[in-house]
Amino acid sequence: MSNGTKFWTWHMAAGVALLFLLGLHMLIMHFGGSVHLFAPHGSEAVSVENSQWRDAHTFFAITYILMLGVGLYHGLYGLRTILLELTLKPAVAKTVTAFLVLVGLGLFGFGSWAAWAAHTIAIAGGKG
Amino acid sequence: MAESNKIVNFHVTRYNPEKDVKPYIQTYKVEVTDGMTVLDGLHWIKEHLDPTLVWRYSCRMGICGSCGMLINGSPTLACNTQISHLGGMDITVGPLPNFEIIRDLVPDLASMFDKHASVKPNIIRDEADLVSRQGEFYQSPEQLEEFLQFTFCIKCGCCMAACPTLATDVRYLGPMPLTALQRYNTDTRDEGFDIRAKIAGGDGGAFSCHYAGECSRVCPKGVDPAKAIQLLKRKLVLDYLHLASKKQPCKKLEGPGHGKLLPNMNPPARTVVQDAPAETNK
Repeated sequence: MSNGTKFWTWHMAAGVALLFLLGLHMLIMHFGGSVHLFAPHGSEAVSVENSQWRDAHTFFAITYILMLGVGLYHGLYGLRTILLELTLKPAVAKTVTAFLVLVGLGLFGFGSWAAWAAHTIAIAGGKG
Repeated sequence: MAESNKIVNFHVTRYNPEKDVKPYIQTYKVEVTDGMTVLDGLHWIKEHLDPTLVWRYSCRMGICGSCGMLINGSPTLACNTQISHLGGMDITVGPLPNFEIIRDLVPDLASMFDKHASVKPNIIRDEADLVSRQGEFYQSPEQLEEFLQFTFCIKCGCCMAACPTLATDVRYLGPMPLTALQRYNTDTRDEGFDIRAKIAGGDGGAFSCHYAGECSRVCPKGVDPAKAIQLLKRKLVLDYLHLASKKQPCKKLEGPGHGKLLPNMNPPARTVVQDAPAETNK
């Protein structure tokens, strides 16, 4: 089995996951406050209290990291496809791929660290 | 009934790589009669106006695929295009895009045929089965129907010329070779899926297709390459996820009374036994 099939299948799967996660995101951000869906403090879903309430839940911390992962993979793989269609030389194509992999891993690492830090801070804040 | 003659302007792309820096347009006034095709118009130009005009053609009846050209901006067969159906008094005729120009309206189709050969467009099967002249492979009409339309391809190159992906990425295999690949993957006589899966799933393979659908729109034989490529993608993904049903290659019918594979279906009437001694029906 070639890598093309593998990467494309995961690209599609990431797209579907992204659709679901973005749906959840939109639901919480736009309706969460008014119906108190994952937003128990007041009518603003993006208020500090509500954000901290969600951050304190492991489900949301994992969801943030998952959304970051699938978003980065889907977006960067799509960008790579567009760039490689410019009929780049093999060496340039490899460099582009390596660069995007590094950017993706870097952003994923940084974002995951931030999401988990917010999670631990929110838990500590809740206890304090 | 008297024929109605009218003058139509043919704006033809001319290019001789030995003399010209780049292609240019030359206009000819063509006396058009009822029933004239664009190919007839080009013949009229060559006969009456300019014997140096060059194009490729052969059968004149939409079978050989030699006269693929860009007519009024759309890739199609010149022999299959009535001038009266185009409407207007001006017709543009150019070589198929996405190919190098050999001269005037003659595209260099070598790249297309190289890609076609690379997808292994032939039955891949156990050598002993193929070389044995005994018996024949059994294929039901339903099994044939699954890939029949893809066999109608005449390799004219119109789909390749219409493909926007191929226009930007010359490594992309293109609609015609991928359709041929899918045609043989679907053929129950074939066992070459794993070999072709590496080609179809690789760089420039099926996943480079953006499903613009132009290939299917312009095909003069009604083949649907876009569909073939989507079916190919689906098969590749399902195979990767181990969800694809494994195709059982059809067996050979060795002769009357042998190898009747499907219930309630008679073996083809033309089944013959060539090398084995004839069997007597008991």
